[in-house]
Amino acid sequence: MGENKNDIIINIEHLSKSFGDNQVLKDISLYIRKGEFVTLLGPSGCGKTTLLRMIAGFLQPDEGRIMMEWGDRGGKVEFRDVAGIPPHQRPLNTVFQRYALFPHLDVYDNIAFGLKLKGVPKDEIDTRVRKVLKLVSMSDYEDRDVDSLSGGQQQRVAIARAIVNKPKVLLLDEPLAALDLKMRQDMQIELKEMHQKLGITFIYVTHDQGEALTLSDTIAVMNEGKIQQIGTPTDIYNEPVNSFVADFIGESNILNGTMIRDREVSFIGHDFPCVDEGFGENVPVDVVIRPEDVVIGTAIDGAQFTGKVKSCAFKGVHYEMYVDTDSGNELQIQDYDAYEPGTMVEMKINPDDIQVMKKERTENVLDCEIIDETHIEMLGEEFECSTIPAGADGPAKAHIQFSKVDLWDHVDDGVTSGEVWFILYKGDHYHLTVKTESGEYLYVDTDDIWDKGDLAGISIQPGDIIVEAGNGQEK
Amino acid sequence: MGKRSNWALPYFIFLVLFVALPLLLIVLYALRDGSGGFTLSNITRFFSDGDALNTFAVSIEVAIENTLICLLLGYPAAYILANKDLNKSAVTAILFILPMWVNALMRTLATAELFNVFGFTLGKGTLIFGMVYDYLPFMIYPIYNVLLKMDKSYGEAAADLGATPSEVFRKITLPLSKPGIFSGILMVFMPTVSTFAISEFLTNNKIKLFGTIIQENINSSMWNYGAALSFIMLVIIGLTTILLGGEDREVEGGTL
Repeated sequence: MGENKNDIIINIEHLSKSFGDNQVLKDISLYIRKGEFVTLLGPSGCGKTTLLRMIAGFLQPDEGRIMMEWGDRGGKVEFRDVAGIPPHQRPLNTVFQRYALFPHLDVYDNIAFGLKLKGVPKDEIDTRVRKVLKLVSMSDYEDRDVDSLSGGQQQRVAIARAIVNKPKVLLLDEPLAALDLKMRQDMQIELKEMHQKLGITFIYVTHDQGEALTLSDTIAVMNEGKIQQIGTPTDIYNEPVNSFVADFIGESNILNGTMIRDREVSFIGHDFPCVDEGFGENVPVDVVIRPEDVVIGTAIDGAQFTGKVKSCAFKGVHYEMYVDTDSGNELQIQDYDAYEPGTMVEMKINPDDIQVMKKERTENVLDCEIIDETHIEMLGEEFECSTIPAGADGPAKAHIQFSKVDLWDHVDDGVTSGEVWFILYKGDHYHLTVKTESGEYLYVDTDDIWDKGDLAGISIQPGDIIVEAGNGQEK
Repeated sequence: MGKRSNWALPYFIFLVLFVALPLLLIVLYALRDGSGGFTLSNITRFFSDGDALNTFAVSIEVAIENTLICLLLGYPAAYILANKDLNKSAVTAILFILPMWVNALMRTLATAELFNVFGFTLGKGTLIFGMVYDYLPFMIYPIYNVLLKMDKSYGEAAADLGATPSEVFRKITLPLSKPGIFSGILMVFMPTVSTFAISEFLTNNKIKLFGTIIQENINSSMWNYGAALSFIMLVIIGLTTILLGGEDREVEGGTL
């Protein structure tokens, strides 16, 4: 990104926040430039709304600080740590998720609310309210009761109420979430136009990746309280840094692979030339292939692998097909031509279209406590374990391979239990993130189909827990 | 007519027997003289009866004072109870409502006894105290309900638009809690106008309220005049309800 530090209007430094035992934000750092359209994107519970509420001043950070541009002094921009400054003194306005229009005031008085508080003269309020009503195409509605408006109209009033105050920064908390699809698409275009016209900095929170890609100058993808990736929509779509981002943004095939050497990667049982370097030799990696990047045909030049079409559905512009490859993996493929189920097809992938990512982890590593020669305490429960080194004692690390964790339909069948938190399909198996009762995350490879939010019993064979004794030398 | 409408029949009979019929009897008695002839004299008598008019004025005054004190004490109480930062347990709210589970007559008798023990002179002060004590929960509860259900984002939106905490209260919280306030006023004002037990026990009948003279008339078998007074009170209660009632429709769960 072309950085120009003078452009920065908000600088978020090492922000952390917990509610009780639940840490919702972990060391967030992010800067926002003047006039930028920044989107905080992530699934529910990722901390994006908490971050927005902290910027607005409704929540105070536990650690870290938010620096905000606080006016010019003799040409020199002054920044201030806004900790402790209440919302009503901050130079920003918010469009709330469910609009929060005041039900006892009509459209005009809702919009004039902020201006009246500031003591703006009556005729100026009048001109400004009318101007902003025109901007959101609601000119004839000023006397209407807000309850009599449709969702889309309430949305417009909520935006008008915020921008009439000419804030430096406009915060938008999932503003389109309550609208239907068509309305949402129309409002997206209007929001984008409004942003360009007003020149105000927009900080936008959403879980809708399509919305984020359409609207933003910069996207910050968040998950589990951390920023996973910051970049332009194109960067994030084409170069996701990890499997979470790849899966969350757009459709993708995420596959286990091995980096054989620079510019050569092996996955789905074949070796492919690619453009990535510097991973080392024979290193396990995640490989992301966008469905539209697989070249498919009944006979193509330079085919790299073959397969059989399993299903084919028309999606308006393209066809979406699932193909079983010769090595038994399933690939999602989009193409303008349809291939009937059962057709044998040839495929290839251009080196540019193979996105190789370092694996975030290759096995589970958990803190544990050795109880006796055959038992350890882990995930808040007692597990039987047959790999404890003789004489080992006290705290240790337990290594468990993803495929060695057993999940059970019945919670009681496991030693402990957990909730399926996140699911990644890897072409021939699922990679699950399971949040255990103790609040820790366990990563599981399985062939079984689970749904997000399912409760599962968890157990591990005594021989599959590899205990590495030591006094936490890893830390 | 579907069969389901038959289910309403018992209630209809109940309404006729215990609501419509008594009301009709009040009107009939109010419009007849001792020998059974039609007359308006019972009604006109009230407007020339200095004592009765006086008592009526006192009743309204006491009711207004009681309502105001209940509102001034009850609103902050309801506000604190409904605020999750200030009150973390629902039990506290129940404790405030708890006195309503005890019979009002018993509470009043007990209060009178306490005043005797501590040697307070019974009079207007003790009357107002007893009334506030009796009716405060009826003010707190509807306001508490409205505040509890109020979307917190309204206050946040106002703060976001530049309102200080006191402006948020004056411009958002207070106007939005109006249905609760009206409901509370109705539930306190109406019964205070017609009560007689509290004044009997807490002032030894030194202060007579409108309810007291109705009761006295009925007790001394002056059915027609008593009925006329009841009728006048009904009309006044009805008018007040209509005046305040328009707003009251929005209250959810405002009653007990």
